[in-house]
Amino acid sequence: MEMLLSGNEAFARGVYEHGGEFASAYPGTPSTEILETLARQCKADVYCEWSINEKVALEVAVGASWGGARAIAAMKHVGVNVAADPLMTLAYTGVGAGLILVSADDPSLHSSQNEQDNRFYGKFASIPVLEPADSQESLDFVKDAFEISEKFDTPVLFRVTTRIAHSKGLVKLGERRTVEHAGFEKNIAKYVMMPVFAIVRHKMVIERLEALKRFAETTHLNTVEMGDTKVGVISGSVAYQYAKEVLPGASFLKLGLSYPLPMNKIIDFASKVDRLIVVEELEPFYEEQILAVGIPCEGKKFFSNFMELNVERVREGFIEAGALPKSTALPKQAQENVLPRPPALCPGCPHRGLMMALKKCGVNITGDIGCYTLAALPPLETIDTCLCMGASINHAFGIEKAKKTKKKTVAVIGDSTFLHSGITGLANVVYNRGTQTTIIVDNRITAMTGGQDHPGTSKTLMGEPTHAIDLVQLVKALGVEHVRTVDPFDQKTTLAVLKEEIERDAPSVVITTKPCVLFPSKLKPATKFHVLLEKCTACGACFRIGCPAITASSEKNEKGRAKSQIDLELCTGCTLCFQVCPEEAIQELKK
Amino acid sequence: MKDGTTNVLIVGVGGQGVLLASEMLCQVAKTMGLDAKKSEVHGMSQRGGVVTSHVRFGKKVHSPLIEEGAADVILAFEVAEGLRWVHYLKPGGTIIVNEQRIVPPIATTGKFSYPDKVEDTIKARVPHTTVIDAFEIGKKLGNTKLVNTILLGVLSNDLDLEESKWLEVIEKMAPKGTGEINKKAFIEGRQAAK
Repeated sequence: MEMLLSGNEAFARGVYEHGGEFASAYPGTPSTEILETLARQCKADVYCEWSINEKVALEVAVGASWGGARAIAAMKHVGVNVAADPLMTLAYTGVGAGLILVSADDPSLHSSQNEQDNRFYGKFASIPVLEPADSQESLDFVKDAFEISEKFDTPVLFRVTTRIAHSKGLVKLGERRTVEHAGFEKNIAKYVMMPVFAIVRHKMVIERLEALKRFAETTHLNTVEMGDTKVGVISGSVAYQYAKEVLPGASFLKLGLSYPLPMNKIIDFASKVDRLIVVEELEPFYEEQILAVGIPCEGKKFFSNFMELNVERVREGFIEAGALPKSTALPKQAQENVLPRPPALCPGCPHRGLMMALKKCGVNITGDIGCYTLAALPPLETIDTCLCMGASINHAFGIEKAKKTKKKTVAVIGDSTFLHSGITGLANVVYNRGTQTTIIVDNRITAMTGGQDHPGTSKTLMGEPTHAIDLVQLVKALGVEHVRTVDPFDQKTTLAVLKEEIERDAPSVVITTKPCVLFPSKLKPATKFHVLLEKCTACGACFRIGCPAITASSEKNEKGRAKSQIDLELCTGCTLCFQVCPEEAIQELKK
Repeated sequence: MKDGTTNVLIVGVGGQGVLLASEMLCQVAKTMGLDAKKSEVHGMSQRGGVVTSHVRFGKKVHSPLIEEGAADVILAFEVAEGLRWVHYLKPGGTIIVNEQRIVPPIATTGKFSYPDKVEDTIKARVPHTTVIDAFEIGKKLGNTKLVNTILLGVLSNDLDLEESKWLEVIEKMAPKGTGEINKKAFIEGRQAAK
């Protein structure tokens, strides 16, 4: 049977077909759909979980692998940084049953904070890296990845990018086949990485890499397609598709196993073509290694490491390289200047209420990873920093201890992010006698990635009921004595509580209590609001809360400024605009 | 249809149903035995951002992305979005513009304004412009949620895909119990543009 599947869906299918029994992840674009698909379609055969963070996701998958189950852990590129601690030594211990770590990279940072190229983790940890170039390979390579993992006793890094993970293509499906493995068996020389054993394993890692290099020369994952020999292209992942589109007649060496490289195959390929051009997205990962063994090749001077590639960039690169005549360039047409549509907090989002109150507090606000980061933009302009998961609390602490900043600093962090890696920071604040206010914007879901459960939501990924962590109790247990909960739609109380806690000379936590409007299910408004145009003076107060439901109407005041209107399709009745309107022009709609 | 591959760019604003429409188009191509790929960026789209979906089908499709200046057809669910992406159209290509206007909140800051006479600007650039009020057609059919399939009906006139396959896919993919009305909406759209 053939189906239209995204790379993520196809990978999930591959895990199912090739005997995967355990899958863990922390949600992160563009990797999230892997576990969502597995949980939806395969949970009878594959155990699935949202782990509390990526380090835990990898470590539980390692346990499952040592315990005899083929396992995968999936995360976005920056998630691998969180999981890097277990990863680097996992390279020494090796696996039990096959183990795959999926790194979903995001060139062009469509939904990320950087464009790091995680192929380097393969080289860093001396483990193999597989890179599928479409949905079919996203399924097929799972078989190879499990087999390589088991044959060479190594975790396998399965590296995809946004255009692989989120593009759909036709995929041939197969049946599930399972592989028998024994359960955990004591073997301290392999599993106890104290120096005496680890040093022996490091030697194994070096030997294993040599064996993998030999394997790379013969594996079907790396394919040569000989064509015209004026230009030989070395490429992999989606960059291969762009190059193939632009230079269909050229000779290609397509790399599916992108670390370690098949150097003899590359030398042989180079000898058959007049000129070697490397087309790869982001960093010169292949290019530098190929140059290092003394094979002349060109790459990054035509296809820069800035942002994702596409067909036009690859065509321009080949034209610049002289591999394509200028006449093949498509005529460039002028781009129209159309107003931007930056993403905004949803109508009815509880973060808006918190941000409106915070704006009046005159503080620095360190932020974290989540929807609330959008409040850095106009008109709210409250969030001042965003670096990585869980960092907000620690940044606020550091700014306070540096003693150079007059204004107070507060930290804003979401519930899922707090559980991911905020708890340790808050413990550190208490331990090291910080006095900051930390605000947990608890919307009861992992919202930014599309509404995933977490240890505070009382539901597992497999749909089972479970214990929900009580944030108030947790924070108190860390030693925070001053813990308050507020309804962020009640502006007066929220502001009063914030001011009181910010003033306090002791660590405090404020937790907002309203759920996300989209997840787990879209809020059904009990009431809606509208603008009485005869009362509206076009003062703009409601515009400044940044609600997508509030737009300019065609009615103008005497100075020609537009009065506001509320889109009733979008209004959730949150009352925030009603609370800021000085003219009582915004009123509840009578049914 | 360069190299036998057809390129359709579907654009709009988060929440308009762009992704479902592109999924249906892809399925029709698949049903006809063609290779098909599509690509879009998830993530921020449901927060009112710009949504684009690249759909490509033909004998063998490599890139999931359409090259700038190579789209055979652009289907714009929203007028300003049609204008934003018009440079993706190949010379001689067709653009279909749904008359809906969605003004982003950023327009209230006074720093940006929603463009005037968008349809005229597009028509001046593209001889093959079809402007359609799918919302109005949906209203006549008694359901404005049909905009999606109405626009696919309009689009179908510019593509070499069989009507019966379209209807088959719509029947299969429309929300439960809405197969008939969606097929009707498709046919309305298909005829409206003629």
